Amino acid sequence: MSAKPKLYYFDGRGKMESIRWLLAAAGVEFEEEFLETRDQYEKLLQGGSLLFQQVPMVEIDGMRMVQTRAILSYIAAKYNLYGKDLKERALIDMYVGGTDDLMGFILMFPFLSAEDKEKQHAVIVQKATSRYFPVYEKVLKDHGQDFLVGNNFSWADVHLLEAILMVEEKKSDVLSGFPQLQAFKARISSIPAMKKFLEPGSQRKPVPDDKYVETVRRVLRMYYDVKAN
Amino acid sequence: MSGKPRLTYLNGRGRMESIRWLLAAAGVEAEVYLETKEQYDKLIKDGFLLFQQVPLVEIDGMKMVQTRAIMSYIAGKYNLYGKDLKERAMIDMYVEGISDLMQMILVFPFSPPDAKEKNLESIKERATNRYFPVFEKVLKQHGQDFLVGNKFSWADVQLMEAILAVEEKIPAVLSGFPQLQVFKTKMSNMPTIKKFLQPGSPRKPPPDAHYVETVLKMFK
Repeated sequence: MSAKPKLYYFDGRGKMESIRWLLAAAGVEFEEEFLETRDQYEKLLQGGSLLFQQVPMVEIDGMRMVQTRAILSYIAAKYNLYGKDLKERALIDMYVGGTDDLMGFILMFPFLSAEDKEKQHAVIVQKATSRYFPVYEKVLKDHGQDFLVGNNFSWADVHLLEAILMVEEKKSDVLSGFPQLQAFKARISSIPAMKKFLEPGSQRKPVPDDKYVETVRRVLRMYYDVKAN
Repeated sequence: MSGKPRLTYLNGRGRMESIRWLLAAAGVEAEVYLETKEQYDKLIKDGFLLFQQVPLVEIDGMKMVQTRAIMSYIAGKYNLYGKDLKERAMIDMYVEGISDLMQMILVFPFSPPDAKEKNLESIKERATNRYFPVFEKVLKQHGQDFLVGNKFSWADVQLMEAILAVEEKIPAVLSGFPQLQVFKTKMSNMPTIKKFLQPGSPRKPPPDAHYVETVLKMFK
């Protein structure tokens, strides 16, 4: 196993993207192995690398970690992006839970029928602007600090930036009612590690396209209709 | 606020049940039951619910929401989260896996009548082919009483809850899993779990039609 973490996933965003963001924020270089065929996936399964038969899987520090949340928590704690104590961690966990729910609406979007996509688009914008963005807008306004928790850059900031950019891809002016978040977005994007990740040539993945959807369906044999939540 | 946490949820299992299980070790001050939409709307209006959702657990001066955040905090506070980062990683992996199985059970009462048989079959398939084999193997390989670090942790509580929840639907589900049978017996005898399994504890019964109705009315 190499010293660098190694990510096993499709060549696309999905559930692995938040992990890429966090590793980038921590300044950690990583390798990737992209699943393209059913055979590759079955080989991983047979080799016993996938604890619950699923990806994402990340080889890190001698472990074959699965379960996105477990992987993210480990990285956050290891690289000091998880607050200074239990209470700060609780706040970070709460905020990340929110952005995770928001990004969850977007995660399955590429797999929806055209009709469901239209409905889901509206749901995403509605949830973002009436449930989630107001919370973070208020947090930033109330304490007036640069970062969400403990006046220190943390996982919560990285996750929120990722969520903001993803929602903006669906509606480019979605931050128009949120001045704090606009300033936050500019600030966090200009942190060197984040700036680098946002530049072309980084390991950030593009918006999922038909080829990505096709690959996932083929590798996972996931041919059924995905329903919107 | 007294030392013990206060829980706000419907009078039923839902997403709060795993928290009740975990708090069995610590004890709970009180539970506030949401019965009407008016109560729920008031909580939102009064600013109690960060993302307009329950569970809500008032603990140590915080109004905590987000089930996972709440459980991580409780596990950390009551020493149920392993001794270091790697043990925490193992516990997190196991808990997340079990949580995926529990999610299937969580939504089951809300599936349409013609989908129930299929969904029950899926729960059985996942439990017996994906999740239970993992923990059977873990216990067999290290031969210890507990899943992680030879010490009682959140992972053991979560697995115990899942085993009982699946057994309620599929009584013979542990028949191919001797290690899990032993584990279930051992966990049942842990003093705090034993107490939680007795009548009169905060443990809630399986969801019934009334519970489903209340949920649908409240969150429509």
